[in-house]
Amino acid sequence: MIRFDKPERITAVSDMLHGMVTDIVRPIARYYDDHEHERPRELEAFGPIMQAGLGGGGKRGKKEKKELKPTDDRIGANAMAVAAVEELAWGDVGLMLAMPGGGLGNAAVDAVATDEQYVRFGRKYCAMAITEPGCGSDASAVSTTAVPDGDAYILNGEKIFVTDGDRCEAVVVWATLDKSQGRAAIKSFVVEKGTPGLRVEKLEKKCGIRASDTATLVLEDCRIPRDNLLGDPEILPEGGFKGVMQTFDNTRPLVAAMALGCARAAYEYTLQALAREGITVRYDRPPLERRVVEQELLWMETQLEVMRLHVERSAWMADNSRPNNLEASMAKAKAGKAGNLIVQKCVELLGSLGYSREELLEKWMRDNKVNDIYEGTQQIQMLVIARRILEYGRDMLS
Amino acid sequence: MSTFCLDEDQRQIQESMHRFAVDVMRPIARDCDEEASLPEDFLARAWDLGIGASSVPECFGGYATPRSALNNAIMTEELAYGDLGLACAVLAPQLCVLPLLEMGSVAQQERYLPPFCGESYVAGSLALMERRVGFDPSDLRTTAIRRGGTYVIDGTKCLVPLMRHSPALIVVVSEVTGGGIPGCAAFIVEPTARGVTIEGPEKNMGLSALATYSVRFEGCEVPAENRLGAFDYNRLLALGRIGLAAGAVGVATAVKDYSIAYAKERPAFGYPIATRQTIAFMLADMAIEVDSCRMLTWKAAWAADRGDNPQRLAFLAKGYAAEQSFRIADAGVSILGGHGLIREHPVEMWFRNARAFCMLEGLLMV
Repeated sequence: MIRFDKPERITAVSDMLHGMVTDIVRPIARYYDDHEHERPRELEAFGPIMQAGLGGGGKRGKKEKKELKPTDDRIGANAMAVAAVEELAWGDVGLMLAMPGGGLGNAAVDAVATDEQYVRFGRKYCAMAITEPGCGSDASAVSTTAVPDGDAYILNGEKIFVTDGDRCEAVVVWATLDKSQGRAAIKSFVVEKGTPGLRVEKLEKKCGIRASDTATLVLEDCRIPRDNLLGDPEILPEGGFKGVMQTFDNTRPLVAAMALGCARAAYEYTLQALAREGITVRYDRPPLERRVVEQELLWMETQLEVMRLHVERSAWMADNSRPNNLEASMAKAKAGKAGNLIVQKCVELLGSLGYSREELLEKWMRDNKVNDIYEGTQQIQMLVIARRILEYGRDMLS
Repeated sequence: MSTFCLDEDQRQIQESMHRFAVDVMRPIARDCDEEASLPEDFLARAWDLGIGASSVPECFGGYATPRSALNNAIMTEELAYGDLGLACAVLAPQLCVLPLLEMGSVAQQERYLPPFCGESYVAGSLALMERRVGFDPSDLRTTAIRRGGTYVIDGTKCLVPLMRHSPALIVVVSEVTGGGIPGCAAFIVEPTARGVTIEGPEKNMGLSALATYSVRFEGCEVPAENRLGAFDYNRLLALGRIGLAAGAVGVATAVKDYSIAYAKERPAFGYPIATRQTIAFMLADMAIEVDSCRMLTWKAAWAADRGDNPQRLAFLAKGYAAEQSFRIADAGVSILGGHGLIREHPVEMWFRNARAFCMLEGLLMV
């Protein structure tokens, strides 16, 4: 059935989180933006919530491959997660990322870990290390190596832009078993913090999301147990890399929800600031009579509706075991782009108030930019979408 | 939290209308546009779909299928995928039937609904728009003034469809000068009534298959019982906007599908142009926005079915679908290059048709 209302249980969680971020997160948002790399201490209250299921990290039932039925139509954990993430990001994107347990590595663990691995890592706060100094969007160019050695793998390489890389308890590291075999040889490995040979080299100084730590990690003869490899250890000609890439089908809707939350915060703030000046949208006037600012607000209102629909659709598909690679990328592409246009336009509309660091709006503009970059840039999403609709592989469109 | 699963009825509507669009509408769409014609045998086939009678109660000869704006939106999209002008003709009965069902008295329904349940095609018609820059549906210049047991209507309407095929016309007028939406009313007028002058068909940039007329009312006397007592103008506008948004999604989808197929065929510099990111990303953007518009349209229709006030969502959906469908059609022409402007590829026609959404009110109804 097609429906667009929120079930009670999701509304209840959204409302609770809205209250929590209003009381706990918003008041400290500026402080941690000014005090980059200082670890927020006020976020403990969110720990249990993050553990309970955002981006994985929670209890998981028996993983059974479900037969796909066209009538499957449930509202499940993914729907709950995007609703919760929107609310947390409405509070603050940077502090949301700093909440313990919400690491994107958890999504990877959740997606591909065996039951035994899940027991070991499922409750840990896991970061994800893919990007290297020499490769970003082209994750197949990973040059960090993993060499089997008895009952261990030995990892060597450098990882940059690792979100939560400093504060996490474990890192999911992408490395190649054999560089000459290309993407098929790329596997992900769980490296626990404290493992000799893993060190945090530096913390980035960033434009936005300063409350979230972004680390450079160096792996130097880092020895990890052999069964820390996630997924299939075999180098298969096709499919292995696709498996790791599938993690993104779960995380892209979440990042899209973050853009939605942040953009909604900026829009609501702007609406209120303009209302104080007596400026509101006159819906009943014809376009030729509306002011430019009214048109801008209408445009934002529409964009937010559309962003939410894309986010909810991709989550709904995930909840019903429908392949959502296309729709997850659409959600990320649409929300990433429109979210930034909204927050940037809000700063413009409010002039010096928008630009002032006395208010949070300017911060949201800085914070939100990354939502259109990490977990696959805007351009990578467009590539994914284009390949899907054209039924092209990498060979036809790259 | 949304779910997006079509139910059995909706899937059936979608499939059957899609087939009709592809098998029946597409082959004749270009000729109908060129000749500004609506072939009688096409109208007969369309009539067999039973759209006019579908939601009319059995006592008036209809099938009494429960009304659903959402199901109608799904149907409208598929028909507009075939051709917008022809789709408006197929769906024209709704312009009278739906307002009569929701806002008409039993006496009005008894009198005016049965013709829509007959054996052969009849259209319905709605006279809402007036030709002027910055047309504002809350500020109508066509007026109705009460004189005893009758109302006298004066003014001129434009873009009134299918007057020659319609047994009845619903005219939206202003009763109170400067009264805004609440000051407006609607009357059922027979096209043959005295004081009604039909001029046209109009010549417009697109929608050529659909005959639209300019209708002049000069001292046109209408009995008071022809006034729609429960007229809800905001709701009428909302249902119209959802219909137009659905139509825009259909046109945009047509352009998207055609452009994808073309770009995969057309070589340049040794490869199909779809293998180039500049073209591929235009297509990806079309796909995103087609889905954006469809979901927003469905949400508005769903709200209308639930009894929520659909005004805001309908307004946003129509505005966005109008903007995006034309942007997509424009991109479609660009992807076809010079061929996009030749009156052989349908994209040329869709480009002209899609521009209509920015100004239309009330030509489709869910």
